[in-house]
Amino acid sequence: MRGQGRKESLSDSRDLDGSYDQLTGHPPGPAKKALKQRFLQLLPCCGPQALPSVSESNVEDEFELATVCHRPEGLEQLQEQTKFTRKELQVLYRGFKNECPSGIVNEENFKQIYSQFFPQGDSSTYATFLFNAFDTNHDGSVDFEDFVAGLSVILRGSIDDRLNWAFNLYDLNKDGCITKEEMLDIMKSIYDMMGKYTYPALREEAPREHVESFFQKMDRNKDGVVTIEEFIESCQKDENIMRSMQLFDNVI
Amino acid sequence: MAAGVAAWLPFARAAAIGWMPVANCPMPLAPADKSKRQDELIVLNVSGRRFETWRTTLERYPDTLLGSTEKEFFFNEDTKEYFFDRDPEVFRCVLNFYRTGKLHYPRYECISAYDDELAFYGILPEIIGDCCYEEYKDRKRENAERLQDDLDSENNQESMPSLSFRQTMWRAFENPHTSTMALVFYYVTGFFIAVSVITNVVETVPCGTVPGSKELPCGERYSVAFFCLDTACVMIFTVEYLLRLFAAPSRYRFIRSVMSIIDVVAIMPYYIGLVMTNNEDVSGAFVTLRVFRVFRIFKFSRHSQGLRILGYTLKSCASELGFLLFSLTMAIIIFATVMFYAEKGSSASKFTSIPASFWYTIVTMTTLGYGDMVPKTIAGKIFGSICSLSGVLVIALPVPVIVSNFSRIYHQNQRADKRRAQKKARLARIRVAKTGSSNAYLHSKRNGLLNEALELMGTPEEEHAGKTTSLIESQHHHLLHCLEKTTGLSYLVDDPLLSVRTSTIKNHEFIDEQMYEQNCMESSMQNYPSTRSPSLSSHQGLTTTCCSRRSKKTTHLPNSNLPATRLRSMQELSTIHIQGSEQPSLTTSRSSLNLKADDGLRPNCKTSQITTAIISIPTPPALTPEGESRPPPTSPGPNTNIPAIASNVVKVSAL
Repeated sequence: MRGQGRKESLSDSRDLDGSYDQLTGHPPGPAKKALKQRFLQLLPCCGPQALPSVSESNVEDEFELATVCHRPEGLEQLQEQTKFTRKELQVLYRGFKNECPSGIVNEENFKQIYSQFFPQGDSSTYATFLFNAFDTNHDGSVDFEDFVAGLSVILRGSIDDRLNWAFNLYDLNKDGCITKEEMLDIMKSIYDMMGKYTYPALREEAPREHVESFFQKMDRNKDGVVTIEEFIESCQKDENIMRSMQLFDNVI
Repeated sequence: MAAGVAAWLPFARAAAIGWMPVANCPMPLAPADKSKRQDELIVLNVSGRRFETWRTTLERYPDTLLGSTEKEFFFNEDTKEYFFDRDPEVFRCVLNFYRTGKLHYPRYECISAYDDELAFYGILPEIIGDCCYEEYKDRKRENAERLQDDLDSENNQESMPSLSFRQTMWRAFENPHTSTMALVFYYVTGFFIAVSVITNVVETVPCGTVPGSKELPCGERYSVAFFCLDTACVMIFTVEYLLRLFAAPSRYRFIRSVMSIIDVVAIMPYYIGLVMTNNEDVSGAFVTLRVFRVFRIFKFSRHSQGLRILGYTLKSCASELGFLLFSLTMAIIIFATVMFYAEKGSSASKFTSIPASFWYTIVTMTTLGYGDMVPKTIAGKIFGSICSLSGVLVIALPVPVIVSNFSRIYHQNQRADKRRAQKKARLARIRVAKTGSSNAYLHSKRNGLLNEALELMGTPEEEHAGKTTSLIESQHHHLLHCLEKTTGLSYLVDDPLLSVRTSTIKNHEFIDEQMYEQNCMESSMQNYPSTRSPSLSSHQGLTTTCCSRRSKKTTHLPNSNLPATRLRSMQELSTIHIQGSEQPSLTTSRSSLNLKADDGLRPNCKTSQITTAIISIPTPPALTPEGESRPPPTSPGPNTNIPAIASNVVKVSAL
């Protein structure tokens, strides 16, 4: 026993019977406070004057969790902002809302959803990079507008737009240029998605070699970083890349 | 991949843009979406309740009925919707599965109905979500047990004829209700167990004094009588044990079973006592052995279901009992120690040692409080009161668990007994339904022939002749008729109750066709000797298959196709019976077909002679005409309607 008093042992019992907060899957935070508060009510020494402050913050916490529900702007506005048709937006929103009823995706959710498509490997790092790329205003959550804006660029944008978006994805610190370290992180995250069981087996130095060849191709002035102009220029010269960019035309 | 996430596939594919610039080799071609139709709403009409969903929702699970092209079989062109003639309640769960990816099991739903629906829609029950899976599994297990029970008792019933003597004996021992001998044996052994236990008890009662010595227990006073009683009981028990041992299917297992050990322990002391001499050294041990005689009372558990359940409960609650014991032991040790040290100071304290304090602690915790040991110091009294309070709590905790276990097992047993009792009624219902349907067939057959007759004669007797059979019934009957024609045999019914309601009357309209058939039937009937002929056995087999579970009493004539000659002698008996009793008996019929059946006429009845089917006549009179009239067979008539006379001939056949 923790010896900290009976409220601890009560919460121990909650652990024993496995009561978890349904929303986040973690042991309940506000509920624990409510428990303590109820216990304190039992004791005659803690009069009602001690409780209101506790209860208010409790209530606020609970409300906070409950009322975070984002709604996107109207369909017409989204139609203007993105290049999707009305029907496409409807389909996208239905899928989005199904998986995230609260209207926003946080990083954990994002990783979870993305990992369902890659059952063998570990896609969490790459998903984080994606999340940061989608989260244009960097507020830690991706709402439907962000989501649709990103998709619009990738699926309906021009080749240059797409290349721009890819550069943005690679540029982890958003400083306008890709360093070897950033590229190495990206490369490792991509290789991680493959998992351990591959043929031929993954070698330790494969990502680094891949980065080297990438920089060889992209870095014109050999200054160790790839700027946006270098990137776009090199990609436009590469047949493979141009062709692969066209793959996204028919995704939706 | 969960269904809901399938909607995010476009996003995942778009996210692949991050790989393109770093790829060294060209990418494979993307699969073209040939049928690039817009997502459309599908209407699913389930028994009138309309459900609508997107086509893509259903296509998430392509290996189910709704997700594959199988649903096209249910597409209704006129209303442009998919119509399913199934339960809309369960369909709700099925559709939710497509929507959310989780299959739920509603608690109010019957488990077999639910399973049927799932099987229809091609969904495996294994994917029921965690939230409902336990409930589903529990219900499924209960159902399986019930079915297994039924199957077992069916097997028991059917396997009766083929049991050997040893098996019958074992069965008699285990289920005393199977035969009267078993019941007698059961009661006799029970009686002797009671006698033995009572003698053991009475033996020790002081029985008055013999002059000149002190008070004696009855056992020593009437030692001979008691010895004789004991001998008799032990002999009975020994015989019973040996018989059981002989009859047991697996002797080794029987020897190891609890009941047999109890038996052995109950009778051993006697034999050991016989063997042992009156040596003073061992007689002490001998006296101890007599204690084991009390185990005879456990033999009652064969006789009492409740005792067995109690024993089973205790066994299944072993862990709770263990916990109870352990916690009690812990508490006893703690409190005994405390009390010992608390009372150490007081003079002339009874708490001489910690083990001595155990007795006090136990007596206090179980709230007995004999009062032979009481604390005298204040500290001792305080701890003593804490001890008694905590005792109540510690004992009260595991007891409800044990009680609820006992209650659950007891109710389960009761349910099993109830099911067995209901089984009889259920089997009777099944039998009636089956005979009802075949009865309907036979009636309709006669009706059909009569209809032909009437049409030929032009008599508008529709209300009598015309049975309003549904199309399905008439087709079914036609099918059975074809089978009869194919095999040259015919069905028959021999249920006494149902066969009373047969048709009467209106035989005056019969024409020669009927007579011809009748003659044929006569001749074919007469072809059968009264003894069992080998050719009959096959017919027998046919009839038994169609109407299974016939009782052994075929003491009546079947209501189908009785040739006139046979009935002639019975007419007198029959006519009086039948005509009067037709109407009332009909109302008791369950099957509506039977109600109308009486309208059907019996084509094989000669006009002036027979009026009705006999049925209610018991076999003996029926057999006599059989033996009497044996006119030479005119021609071997078509074997179409082999009368169930066959059954009479073979008498108590397996019909």
